[in-house]
Amino acid sequence: MGEKRFMKGNEAIAEAAVRAGCRFFAGYPITPQNEIPEYLSRRLPEVGGAYVQGESEVASVNMVYGAAAMGTRSMTSSSGPGISLKAEGISYLAAAMLPAVIVNISRGGPGLGSIQPAQSDYLQATKALGHGGFHAMVFAPNSAQEAADIMYAAWDYAERDRNPVLVLMDGCLGNIMEAVDLPPMREIKPEDAPEWSLSRRNGRDYQGNITPIYTEPILEGINAMAGEMYKAWEEDDVKVEEFMVEDAEYIIVAYGIASRVSKEAVLNLREKGFKVGLIRPITLYPFPKKSIRNLDYDRVKGIIDIEMTIPAQMREDIELQVMGRCPVYEYGRSGGCLLDDDGVYDAIYEIITGGDR
Amino acid sequence: MAVYKRPELIADAPSGYCPGCLHSLATKLVAEAIEELGQADNALNVISVGCSALNILYWSGDFLSVAHGRAPAAATGIKRTNPERLVFAYQGDGDLAAIGLAEIMSAANRGENFTVVFANNQTYGMTGGQMAPTTLIGQKTTTTVYGRDPQTTGYPMKMCELISTLEAPVYVARFALNSPKGVNDARKGLKKAFRLQMEGKGFTFIELLTNCPTNWKMTPLQTLEYMNTNTIPYFKPGVYKDKEAQA
Ligand SMILES: Cc1ncc(C[n+]2csc(CCOP(=O)(O)OP(=O)(O)O)c2C)c(N)n1
Repeated sequence: MGEKRFMKGNEAIAEAAVRAGCRFFAGYPITPQNEIPEYLSRRLPEVGGAYVQGESEVASVNMVYGAAAMGTRSMTSSSGPGISLKAEGISYLAAAMLPAVIVNISRGGPGLGSIQPAQSDYLQATKALGHGGFHAMVFAPNSAQEAADIMYAAWDYAERDRNPVLVLMDGCLGNIMEAVDLPPMREIKPEDAPEWSLSRRNGRDYQGNITPIYTEPILEGINAMAGEMYKAWEEDDVKVEEFMVEDAEYIIVAYGIASRVSKEAVLNLREKGFKVGLIRPITLYPFPKKSIRNLDYDRVKGIIDIEMTIPAQMREDIELQVMGRCPVYEYGRSGGCLLDDDGVYDAIYEIITGGDR
Repeated sequence: MAVYKRPELIADAPSGYCPGCLHSLATKLVAEAIEELGQADNALNVISVGCSALNILYWSGDFLSVAHGRAPAAATGIKRTNPERLVFAYQGDGDLAAIGLAEIMSAANRGENFTVVFANNQTYGMTGGQMAPTTLIGQKTTTTVYGRDPQTTGYPMKMCELISTLEAPVYVARFALNSPKGVNDARKGLKKAFRLQMEGKGFTFIELLTNCPTNWKMTPLQTLEYMNTNTIPYFKPGVYKDKEAQA
């Protein structure tokens, strides 16, 4: 069935996309995600797909818009500066109800920032990927394996919802090599093009039209439908890992690379007898609200938000669920400076033993 | 014998264009050329932002409406995944020569196998008549009330001339829609461009000089005369590149 390979997180994303049936990629070079376009420029032609190096991120995401409208599983990838440029196209994808997968391998920001890994795009990813008040599901894998699994499923969500999906992973995970059990190749035939698409390979013989512009009452209805969809995501699609939470007095909330360093700290602190646990959002949107809201606050003395960005960006989402029932602390590194085991351990230790942060 | 009728690709509804606007004629010529090639069901109109977006209301063939200036990028995604389709983008001059300059030049340079129809009315019609990259020197618009001044705004951009310097495009031509001869030439040019595309030859570009009675603040007849005396001397109609004829 599966096939085990040793590969970078970025390559795992690219290969899993192909196996998921992705047949169109357009993108523009930017560190630290270059392995994705490089890999797909070789790989897509082997499976009858198309790769285009766009003249910009603006053009690339609009190429994806065109390919997605034909019912082709399509994707683009970039990092912060390029994701900002893609904001236009992502908003249009949402407006035109087109499925596509956008990958952000994140680095330090704002601006040109730094090419080193950071988790500085949480707010952009979860609150405003573009204008007009829409959301995309946001997945935040914390290993090459999980990145591959998420990519493999990403178009199923995108096509179910007819909405773009964002995969947000920092440049660290994009570039470290790990063993990956690859999913099997999925065969998607031309006649499988969705009925709403502009493809005529599926036998459609009536007019097909797709637009990102509507008359006012229709747009209001579409906005309301999107609102219902976001609510349904919260019920059905939240993905979260809870680690040693049952008896924990201090709970760390961390995703992506920060969750790996944090897990290590939890294990080390447990050895010293401290009751610490970890909540790891795998979907950042929908956010795992219940995991935090339903904690026993007679037991839990504090929540520690650990992110590879300063100031912490997930903090408000956490505080909205804590509702003042315990203190919320934060620790992070930023600007491309990496979180490390000692720094995270010391920060948590200090908070637990009464230090202030 | 020519039979004059409404093309099937244009819905039986009043055009949303202002009286005397050559956008409607241009759209009709595009529809007729496609139908004459028997491609009505196969054609896909990539609708840009500007007055051309009115096509959403009355283009009855397949279409995808896209962001301002991005039609050549979206068309790239369409054509690369569905090469059997007849794909064309219909863009105004603000859309193509300002915000979409990177997209048009890059698609032309890659030799994408689709057709771009460029309606050059020398103004931003949809937003109320601001200066476009193609506005003539001295021409008055809502943002150049004393006339376009090249000292601060540069010169009108000649897109056929620019695109024909690229290696890849196979057919690049400009026609003026203010005379019966211009209309006939445009008809032939459009048909040739679509035929070349269906033969897989590569990028084709048709510029149509049009007008904007509303924002030029002229009667339709006055616009046609203004085109003769001002537009055509600067934007010279003609075939700028024809690889087929050269071969
Ligand atoms: C990103 C963006 N900027 C600005 C606009 C506003 N806008 C709509 S149409 C248009 C101008 C279109 O002019 P042109 O392309 O010359 O076409 P015309 O209306 O003259 O046919 C502008 C600026 C927009 N829709 N999107």
